[in-house]
Formats: sequence, structure tokens, C-alpha cells
Amino acid sequence: MPSAVDAVQLRGIGKRFPGVVANHDVDVTIRPGTVHALIGENGAGKSTLMKILYGVQRPDDGTIAIEGEQVVLKSPTEAIEVGVGMVFQHFMLADNLTVLENMVLGAEKLHGIGDGARTEIRRISDRFGFDLDPDVLVERLGVAARQRLEIAKVLYRGARIIILDEPTAVLVPQEVDALFENLRELTSAGNSVLFISHKLDEVLAIADDITVMRRGTTVGTADPATATKQELAELMVGSELPSPETEESTVTDTVQLSLSDVTLTDEFGRNLLSDLSLTIRRGEVLGIAGVEGNGQAELVETIMGMRIPTAGRIMLGDEDVTHWHTRRLREAGIGYIPEDRHRHGLLLDAPLWENRILGHQTRPPSSKGMFINRRGARKDTERIVADYDVRAPGIDTPSRALSGGNQQKLIVGREMSGDPVLLIASHPTRGVDVGAQAAIWDHIKRARRAGLAVLLISADLDELIGLSDTIQVILRGRFVGTFDPAKVTPQDLGTAMTGGAA
Amino acid sequence: MTGRLKSVALALLAPAIAIVLSILVTTLVIAAVGSSPGEFWSTMFEVPKPRLRVDIVNQTAMIYIAAVAAAIGFRMGLFNIGLEGQYTIASFAAASFAGAAYLGGFANVIASLAVAMLVGAAWSGIAGLLKTTRGVSEVISTIMLNAIAVTLVGYFLNNYGVKEGNTVHTKNLEPSSTLGGFSPFEDRDGEIWALSIVALLLGIGFWVLLNKTRFGFDLRASGQSESAALASGINPKRMILISMMLSGAVAGLIWMPALFGGARNYGTSFQVGLGFLGIAVALLGRNRPVGMLFGALLFAFLSVKSNDLTFGTDVSPSIVQITQGVAVLAVVVTYEVVRRWRTRLEQRAVSRELTGTTAGATS
Repeated sequence: MPSAVDAVQLRGIGKRFPGVVANHDVDVTIRPGTVHALIGENGAGKSTLMKILYGVQRPDDGTIAIEGEQVVLKSPTEAIEVGVGMVFQHFMLADNLTVLENMVLGAEKLHGIGDGARTEIRRISDRFGFDLDPDVLVERLGVAARQRLEIAKVLYRGARIIILDEPTAVLVPQEVDALFENLRELTSAGNSVLFISHKLDEVLAIADDITVMRRGTTVGTADPATATKQELAELMVGSELPSPETEESTVTDTVQLSLSDVTLTDEFGRNLLSDLSLTIRRGEVLGIAGVEGNGQAELVETIMGMRIPTAGRIMLGDEDVTHWHTRRLREAGIGYIPEDRHRHGLLLDAPLWENRILGHQTRPPSSKGMFINRRGARKDTERIVADYDVRAPGIDTPSRALSGGNQQKLIVGREMSGDPVLLIASHPTRGVDVGAQAAIWDHIKRARRAGLAVLLISADLDELIGLSDTIQVILRGRFVGTFDPAKVTPQDLGTAMTGGAA
Repeated sequence: MTGRLKSVALALLAPAIAIVLSILVTTLVIAAVGSSPGEFWSTMFEVPKPRLRVDIVNQTAMIYIAAVAAAIGFRMGLFNIGLEGQYTIASFAAASFAGAAYLGGFANVIASLAVAMLVGAAWSGIAGLLKTTRGVSEVISTIMLNAIAVTLVGYFLNNYGVKEGNTVHTKNLEPSSTLGGFSPFEDRDGEIWALSIVALLLGIGFWVLLNKTRFGFDLRASGQSESAALASGINPKRMILISMMLSGAVAGLIWMPALFGGARNYGTSFQVGLGFLGIAVALLGRNRPVGMLFGALLFAFLSVKSNDLTFGTDVSPSIVQITQGVAVLAVVVTYEVVRRWRTRLEQRAVSRELTGTTAGATS
């Protein structure tokens, strides 16, 4: 940009955690007075980057320049000092304090804690249309007002560059519009906003510039005036990776899993899943494509018995399992590779052999009657470590110490044990390196040849196309299209995933 | 082999630091109030007289039972602060039942222990039910149940107890239902209560349950990661209720060695505070059966020996509570520090292992 100095310039940012590269070669430039959107799937490295810009974590490589000045940010306090503020997705407010008290908490020196502060809050509120009364208790505020308070807090502390982490995730559509009004006011006053999201509609509506991240690095920029949702979706999920090639079909006639008109309603009566029907035969891989947050997680949890459907029927083989809970389903032979391996797949502080038992507590070789079979479990863990190439010093190593790819290989090996009849694989290769990815694909293909039925959920369209026999597209809790992976292109899928219109 | 040795050394590091710290702080406090730390420590470290040795064993047993009860909750991620109320009401119920002598001799003892466990489980079960059905934090509900238990017991004791001078107590046990003990020294030094053996059995049972059974695995898994436990097929509500009741059942047994050993009724001889000591010892012993044994022994030793201070020195026996408190705090803090340090060591070990085989980042 010709005259103005860039608000933020990130150059070659890299951050490594033991065994994982969270960010590498990240370049982002935010022009002053603009809303800059940073988009990417979960695990693409957005949050690490934000934490680096906000001083929570220090980069291993690269430079940060704020308004033309090179800076080294060691803490959020230092970030605030140079004018960078952040609003987290989960609000950090004290409910039993007033707006004023929340505002001055930790910033007492700026305008005092009395009328000086009150005047300043009113000024900010009026200037940007925040509609905040300093003397109202925060517990009385709705979600949108709390968010405005969070933004005001950051401005109060003198921030000119504001990071918003998925700000619209908690808002209803009208509130989103109102927030965008506020953001436009902010930028017209010369502030810059870094807007993190994976909702493409919203990004196109508000952003002046767009940067896309994938697998830890920035893969491109887009101009919201000309870019389409499809192009962004393609950039996010990528389509240049080596394709995992299916061989000839191994689909049989035996139906292993069928859902008929499954509906799931949340406590407010909203439909999370609406009338979903699907069948998976032995030897078949059914892929589910969709933009994240359209019911994939709920579908998996419903089939796994972690949620019980409000209506409809689920059959496993010829048994009605609609009301079965997780353990019974697992005993019936469902393997489960969860989306978030740290939260749902592993006991991080437990050794590998104990993690081998998790989810298989009631089955050999993990247990004998009411007792844990330590020797059996350890022996079988050795087998998994060898067969699935889990790189670890030994089976007594806590799973936390392993890299993401090796943790995932352990989980895949575990879930393939005990001859499952159905495998639910949710983003099986997310956040793993290319080598582990290829190995996991091979294992799924081999199991499919042996007659395993697989439900594959993935944000990686190449993975879906390469592994699936059929692809269903899910949008807002409904199936909106069935595709033959032999003929479909990522572009077709992208269109269906975003609701038809290109 | 050196790896094994190293991990044992690492495991002992935290308690060692904690003990040194608590000795240091106690010394400073005593010096600050103008007494002589030297006198204090020489009195404390003096070999206890036989009578006190017997006391220490009996106290260790009861504190240990309480610690096991607390640890069952802790391993599940539940904070059962209600041990105090659970064993109060259970002890009263068991003493009343035993005093009524529906059964004779040893059968009466066994039945009374069952009553104690049932009442303890029922009392903690209230907190468990509140948590699973209404989402009430067990910390809040068990604290309130403590107060209710004490009030209830007071009411029943005053209305239905045996009055004797200024005191009230439950009906005395028949001589056939009191259990003798084992006198390691002379008769006047007292007996190690027969039911102290319960502590040992519970310790073994706890270890087996935790490490060898499916239930124990589910319990530990739930304590480590609720979400992973759920995905593995564990029903979290059922686990909460069962472990809460199990903790209460064990808590019911806390005072039973004393009841059948020396007290013979629930009255002025009832010893309060064992539940809280148990929580402290569970923290000190990191909820491990052997760790808690040492913790219980240490606490019993300090408590019993502190009586000597009254005669031998001008230091108040209460100072021992500072030592105990600092030990617990220090252990919690140092364990966390040592744990983080260990994790880093392990990650480094993994990275080392992999250098050469992959291009993975090492740091």
C-alpha cells in the first residue's frame, strides 16, 4: 500500500512444539483501518498465530512489526502497550461486577476507578455505538453486550489493533449484523481488526482483506470483492495434495449401519440433525463432506451413543441400537477415531498400554472378567506399536510425550483391534504429518478390503474423494447431496457444501 | 535399570522437598514467636514412649481409612469434603445398632460394620444424587451435609441417648461384642485395636480395585479426562454416584476400630476431625495406597507426639498443625513442579529417540 504504514506485518513466523510444527513461514500484512480476515480449518494454526501476535507465545522464527516498528512481545501486557488487544472466544468477565468495574480491573492506572473512568467508557460507548451503561451488573448483559464490553475493554486499554477470535460463533444473525456495524465504526476511526473465522459468508461480508491458513502456514490471500466461497473453501482444504486413490470397489450387499430419519434436537428445541438417513454396507466407505459445524460432530456422537436421537432409528447389522449407549455399541464392534484426540481419544498422562485399554475396557485382550489384563494389554500394545509404526521409546511412555501423528497412529491401531465391524473416523489425519497420513489411509483401505464399513468425516476433500465409495454432503444438519467420488470434483463439493449457489 | 532407579528418585523428590520445607517453616514460626526450635524438634524426634507408640498405630489406622475414602473421590475427580459428616452419622448409627445388641458376639460386630458402611454410603449418596441429577457441586453439598449430620446426631443423642451425669452416649456395647486388641508392651500401655486391621485390608483392596479391576480403570480414566472417559463408553453419572457412595461407605468405617476397641459407645469419646485429616493425608500421599500409609503415619506421629510438648516445652502443641498444613501445601506445589519437569524430560526422551528416524523437531 502506497502511503500508510501497515498496522501489522508478520514475516516468516514459525513456532514449533515438541514433535509438532504449529506455524511455519507465516506472512500476514494488515493494512491500517481495515478488517482483515484470517480463515482456515480447525488445527490450521490460527490460534497459535493469534497467541504469538498477542504475546502469549513467542515465535521461534520470524519478525513482528507493529505500525512499522519491529517488536518482540513477551507478554499480553507488552502487546497492549504497543496497541494490540485481543477478545477471546470465551469471555473473561466477572459476572458479579459492573461494566465499569470489569473495565477498570487491571487498568486502574489509566483513568482511575471513578468518574474519570466512567466518562471514558461513555465516550468509547458513544463513539462506536456500543450502548454500554457503566453501572449495570455484567450478569444482566446478554451475550452480544458482553462481547461489546470485551471489545470496549480492549479499546479502553489503548489498543488500535484488535484481534477477534471467532466473534460470531456465539451470536445470532441479527447480532452478527450489529457487530459488523460496530466493526465498521472501529475501522473508520483508524483501528484495524484481525477477524478469525471459518464462516465464509461472514468473512466475505465484513473483510477488506483475507488471508487463508492451512497446515500451519499461510497459503494465500483473497480479495473479498471478487473471491467466492468456493474458492475460499478450496484454499482452506487444499486440492494439490497427493490423492489417496481408491482401488476397485469392495462394497458388498450386507448393510452394516443404517440411519433412518434421525433427528437430534438441542435443549432449546433447535434441530441439530434433521431427518438424516444413510446406509453403509460392509466394505464400503461413506464420506461426509461439509463445512465444519454443520452437524458432523453431532452425527458422530449420535451414532456413538453419546447422544440419543430425538427421533428416527439406527440399526447396526440387524439390531436396533437407537437407544444404546457408547459402551454397548463399542462392544458390538464399533471403532471410533475421534475428531479431537486429546479430549476424546487419549489419557494424556497415562502410559501407552493403558491408552490401549481405553474404550476396550470390557473386551479381551484388555480385560478378563472384572479385571484388567495387564499382560494382555501390554502385549497387544507392543503389537500396535510395531504394526502401526508408533514411534515411542516404549509402551510405558505417557501418550502426552508423543507427537500428534504417533498419537493418532496409536488410536487408529487401537480402534482397528478386535475386528470391528464399523469404523467411525472423524478427521483421521488432521494435524498429522504426511507420512503418518499415508499410513493411516493404507490402514483404512486394508480394513475396507477385509469388509469393514467406514463412516469417514473429513475437512480434507482430497481425502474424502480418495477414500470414499460414496460421499454425502451435510449442510445445517441435513444431507443436501450424494456424490460419486469417481466423478465429483472438489469444486462440485464446495458448491454443495456452501448451499448450492456459487 | 537406571531408568527405573531414576523414576523412583523422581517420585521421592517431591515429598522430600515438602518435608524439608515444612520443617523449615515450622522452625521459623517457632523462632518468630520466641520459643526454642531446638527444644521443639528434640521433643518431637524423641523416641515415643510405648503408650504413645500404641496410640500412633491406632491413629494411623483411622487416619488411613479416612485417606482411602478421600482418595476414592480424588482419583475420580470428586472432592468429597463430607467425610467428616459421613463418618459421624455412620459411627452414631453403628454404635446405636451395636449397643442395641440385636445380635450377639462377633456377628454383632460384622453387622454393625455393615450398618456403618450403608449409612456412610447413603449420606454421601445424597451428594452424589444431587450432583448427577441437579448438577450441584459435591464440594458445596458435602459441606452442608457435614453440618446436617452433626446436628442430626446431636438431636438423636439428646433424645434417645443414655444420660450419665453431664454426658450422653449411646448404649454401651455388650462385653461379648467388644473386640480385644493386641498389647505389644505392658498392659498399662494399651492395646492396638483389633479393627485396625481394617485399614490394612482397605489399603490392599484400594490398590487392587484401582490397578487391577475394570472399575478402577474406569474410575481413573474419568478422573484424568471426563471427555475421553465418555467417548470410551464410561457412563459418567453412574461413575460419580458409585464412587461417591463407595467413598462414603469407606468413610463409615473410619471410627470403627475405636468403637469396638476402646470407646464402646458413641459419646464424648468420639474423635472428630479424622475426616479432614484423611483429606490432607490423601493429598500428601498423592492418593497412592503406599504414599498415604506414610502420610497417615507421619500425621499420627505428629499429632500424638505433640502431646509431649505440653509438658516438656513452652511450645504450644497446635504448632504441629502448622507443620502438617505446610507439608500438605508443599507437597501439592512440589508435585506439580516435579510433574511438569518430568513431562519435559519425557518429551525430550521421545525427541531423542526419534532423531535420525524422522525430521521431527527437537528442542
